[in-house]
Amino acid sequence: MTETIASRADVIVLGGGPAGMCAASAAARAGSDSLLIDENSQGGGQVYRAPPAAFAETSPGAFGPDHAIGASLRLALADSGARTAFGCRAWSVSRDVGGAGFRVDVCDDNGLKAWRAPALVVATGATERVLPFPGWTLPGVHGLAAATVMLKAQKLLPGERVAVAGCGPLLLAVAAGIAKAGGKVAGVIDLASVSDWLRVLPGALSRPDLLARGAAWVAGIAAAGTPYLRRHAVTAALGDDRVSAIALSPVAADGTVDRASQPLRIDCDALVIGHGLVPNCDVTRILGATHRYAPADGGWIAVRDGDMRTSIPGLYMAGDGGGISGAAAAALQGELAGLAAARDLGALAAQRHLDLAAPLRRRLGRAMRFGRAMAGLMVERPGLVASIPAETPVCRCEDVTRAEIDQAVAEGAREVNQVKAWTRCGMGPCQGRMCGDTVAAVVARLVGGRSAAGAFTARVPLRPVPTAQLIGSFDYADIPIPRPAPL
Amino acid sequence: MSRRIEKGVQRPPPVTILVDGRLVPAFPGESVATALLAAGYVAFRKSPRAGKPRGPFCMIGSCQECLIRVGEVPVPACQATVREGLEVTLGGTQ
Repeated sequence: MTETIASRADVIVLGGGPAGMCAASAAARAGSDSLLIDENSQGGGQVYRAPPAAFAETSPGAFGPDHAIGASLRLALADSGARTAFGCRAWSVSRDVGGAGFRVDVCDDNGLKAWRAPALVVATGATERVLPFPGWTLPGVHGLAAATVMLKAQKLLPGERVAVAGCGPLLLAVAAGIAKAGGKVAGVIDLASVSDWLRVLPGALSRPDLLARGAAWVAGIAAAGTPYLRRHAVTAALGDDRVSAIALSPVAADGTVDRASQPLRIDCDALVIGHGLVPNCDVTRILGATHRYAPADGGWIAVRDGDMRTSIPGLYMAGDGGGISGAAAAALQGELAGLAAARDLGALAAQRHLDLAAPLRRRLGRAMRFGRAMAGLMVERPGLVASIPAETPVCRCEDVTRAEIDQAVAEGAREVNQVKAWTRCGMGPCQGRMCGDTVAAVVARLVGGRSAAGAFTARVPLRPVPTAQLIGSFDYADIPIPRPAPL
Repeated sequence: MSRRIEKGVQRPPPVTILVDGRLVPAFPGESVATALLAAGYVAFRKSPRAGKPRGPFCMIGSCQECLIRVGEVPVPACQATVREGLEVTLGGTQ
């Protein structure tokens, strides 16, 4: 491997969404040398993902309210004095050997580099849960989160007639976004019923502005005459080489598909579907922080205190990666994490820290009530997991089916890593990121719960790194040849 | 290019990328996945075990379903940025 000389910072922040940007800004303003690392070319994360710098708004505000929030966070970050490393993929994290702190290995267009810091704020956000169904691997089927990237950043419609399916606020945001951009929504298919939405209303009232925005989305969908099917699930994506239609069936509250009723059919050339968000805690798991399984928070989460400290000194987790609670809460958690890191490093006096943190905590309480209400719509539906047909591939990379997973358990696999070893499920290039949560949910049903089923061991590389980049460029003449061993 | 959103957005002048030797119009800054989808490509490669067509799924560099080659380097198409003359090969890394 090429030698990498580690540069130093006081605080490294991994991930440039609202949590990461606010963490890096807060730590820098408090006097710490903070460095934000993100693989994208600009800050924003998924929720505030910016269009390419070469794309311009035709009029101020044309990119929508989320773009404006993202722009203000990017401005605050630039003003804070925090250093940034965008276009930079963190592929390894480790405890710093021979010193207290952490090492982050990254690669960018210039090759490999390493950073060291006594404090690490993890702000890696969430990944989307998409529970498998027949045809979900067909071209033209995308995640709801993918659709938001297309709409917000790439300025691309997912298709000409798009079916929008799944659950949670993203469902409405994407359907409304497609319509607003001039696209055609073939139908909205929601796992939730009206009463499910009404149940989260009290929590959602904590942010009347966001609630009003959601209501406008629903009104827009209704005004366009778009079919809105509640308590329904997509049971198949149909088509030979690409999706051309979907089949739908009613579901029970827990997601169990009602196979007795005649399935409905909607013609479409794209399906965007998502079943909620799962906290991305690879980094804190690799580093060995204490985690627990918290279904209401979206899955496995790092245990943390009110200042976002994990069980490992110097390691903080902010934003959705620590439990799904939405963008507004993520920004505040990031700020709290950045301040706590600065305080723990001695850059910020204890009393000053308390003064700065107190108002943030109050605002966080409000933001959390809204975010948690929305998270309630995105929890895993056990009945939908149970309804995955036997012949459906669960692992997209290796085409491992539900039946193969069940068989591995029947033959004695007790947890997901044994299933992985026996079936290759989770061994493909995505490294189990797409199937990991589903496999665990499938196995959990057979072995007595999520804690027993466990999770795929988190490993580096966090993202695939081309071997050529790891090796670097060298001449054969430069390779040191060890002296032969004495005979 | 009907899938590209026109409303509210001003793009830079288009450039041309080379996809399996074919000229495809694209805009600097957008991802190669976007350029391919807008040009009507839906399947970027075949899955290694079942040989089924696959295209972009997550669009954030996680799923690796949109793996292509830019020059000789395998890279998810959603993470590669369009620039004039980029040479793209479909079919994953096989």
